[in-house]
Amino acid sequence: MLDSNDLKVRKWFNRLMLGLCATGAGLAILFVCLMLGYIVVHGLSFLNLDFITHTAVPLGQTGGGMRNEIIGTIILVGLGSLIAVPLGMMTGIFLSEFGNPMAASAVRFAADILAGVPSIVVGVFAYAIIVRPMHSYSAFSAGVALAIIMIPVVARTTEESMRLVPNSLREAALALGITRWRSVVSVVIPGAITGIATGIMLGVARIAGETAPLIFTAFGNFFGYDGLGKPIGALPLQIYRYAISPYKDWQQQAWSAAFLLAILVLIISLVVRWLSRKRQT
Amino acid sequence: MSSPHILPYRNPKGRTMIRSRTRGSLRLGDIAFSRLTLIGSLIVIAILVNILVILFIQAWPSIQQFGVSFFGSAAWDPVKEQFGALPAIFGTLLSSLLALLLAVPISIGAAIFLTEVAPVWLRNVASFVIEMLAAIPSIIVGLWGLFVLVPFVRSPIEKWLGTAFGALPFFQGNQLGFGFLAAGIILALMIIPIITAMSRDVLRAVPQAQREAMLALGATRWETIRKAVLPYGRSGLVGAVILGLGRALGETMAVAMVIGNAYRITPSLFSTGSTVASKMANEFGESSGLQLSSLIELALILFLITLLINVIARLLVWRMAAVKVVRD
Repeated sequence: MLDSNDLKVRKWFNRLMLGLCATGAGLAILFVCLMLGYIVVHGLSFLNLDFITHTAVPLGQTGGGMRNEIIGTIILVGLGSLIAVPLGMMTGIFLSEFGNPMAASAVRFAADILAGVPSIVVGVFAYAIIVRPMHSYSAFSAGVALAIIMIPVVARTTEESMRLVPNSLREAALALGITRWRSVVSVVIPGAITGIATGIMLGVARIAGETAPLIFTAFGNFFGYDGLGKPIGALPLQIYRYAISPYKDWQQQAWSAAFLLAILVLIISLVVRWLSRKRQT
Repeated sequence: MSSPHILPYRNPKGRTMIRSRTRGSLRLGDIAFSRLTLIGSLIVIAILVNILVILFIQAWPSIQQFGVSFFGSAAWDPVKEQFGALPAIFGTLLSSLLALLLAVPISIGAAIFLTEVAPVWLRNVASFVIEMLAAIPSIIVGLWGLFVLVPFVRSPIEKWLGTAFGALPFFQGNQLGFGFLAAGIILALMIIPIITAMSRDVLRAVPQAQREAMLALGATRWETIRKAVLPYGRSGLVGAVILGLGRALGETMAVAMVIGNAYRITPSLFSTGSTVASKMANEFGESSGLQLSSLIELALILFLITLLINVIARLLVWRMAAVKVVRD
């Protein structure tokens, strides 16, 4: 049989295994292309300006768009960011500037674990603490759920980018006689602002596409926005509703909405990449 | 968090009256600011603890009613108010294991390719494209799964498996397209970028000397990877796979759209089923009373499982990072 010490056999085996590894990478890239290709082709075929500027029409009528859902997503992402950015930044500042090693690693661990909690569980939590006592689905509860998902992202990127600010800058600031908190606010944070912005945008990209926590918090609302205490529509939620509906027209609209959402998320991640590359050089 | 730690730079000597007064007030600012950031951090911990406590409290009626038998029962009958978690847990484990089976070889292979084999220009481009897959929201993956993957799974995949291996219990039954197989494939697609990116970082952290020593002994590239690179990064790679598993267990929308939402236990991969997460997504909106409480208990179970998985993965990845620091 084959001698495994024979150089020829070893070389062939080498080629085979490296070839398999390349195949793995090739497959992964193929999947991305397949998915994006379908979204672009199916999405573009229905997309027009009316789709963005008009509201949904009753079933049976053609046309109609996602205006309410687009506005809803913007409101929800804004609300989530409004809660998550200050909290996440405070946590990040604590981790990088103030925490003693013990406390900091406990908080860091908690943030990492929170980042790993399935988004549907966060949705159930928001339902349990807000929707149930208030007896109503609400934009506010959805915003809170999205904020909980976003906080760890902002916290960890804030921490990491503040750590990249050289200590000499902090020392220079302190040597001028200003206090610790002033040095953080006017020296360290400006130095780390690109990184922090990157983290915030990563968080926005993440929550803009979240669906699971919205099903029983935002719920969806065909009539547009009517207050934070009322149900609200959202783009991902509408994609879900339309995709599982039996109507061709709705399924088509789901593809177009998916195209919009994918473009939004991909643009954000491209900008994030560009920002973080600029920071490295 | 006592003030000496906050203010290591203060000068104990220069104490004139005026200075100490100004300083005193400024120190107050420092303390206030650090306390403020501490509050932010405590809120993060409080959220985590609260998720556990609130879910437990709201699941209590179901825990009280069914006790341990909740885990062993396959019933889900809102009319008779009988609920059990077994089919959901089974579906979650089955689809996640299937996903790992498909994703791990592809991801580790891709990571090896990206760190050891590919030319430098290709590394960046390929990493970027694969990471784009991670950025696509799960609802869009689900939409793609529903309209593209499911028909493809129905025919040719299930058709072929049914003909070739129909004797095995895993490949029997109706070939619907929807089911555990489709769920496993879609989950695999979603965790490939995660496992690939993390394994790539782990392999990158393996010191170059490790490779050079092996090559100097006359090993081929693959033997170098197999015997010098992979063993060095083992715990980090395991950590990456476990993080991928954590993600697969909690994934909701994409799975809910392709798994078919039956509630049963069967060895057949062609069969429709449910996962813990998809069960919640489908029923939470229109349930109340004991059913709602049972669904919240499902959420609690999912939370505890992913908590455990994440803790293990973090510890493994951290250990790897610690080893790296020591040996560099």
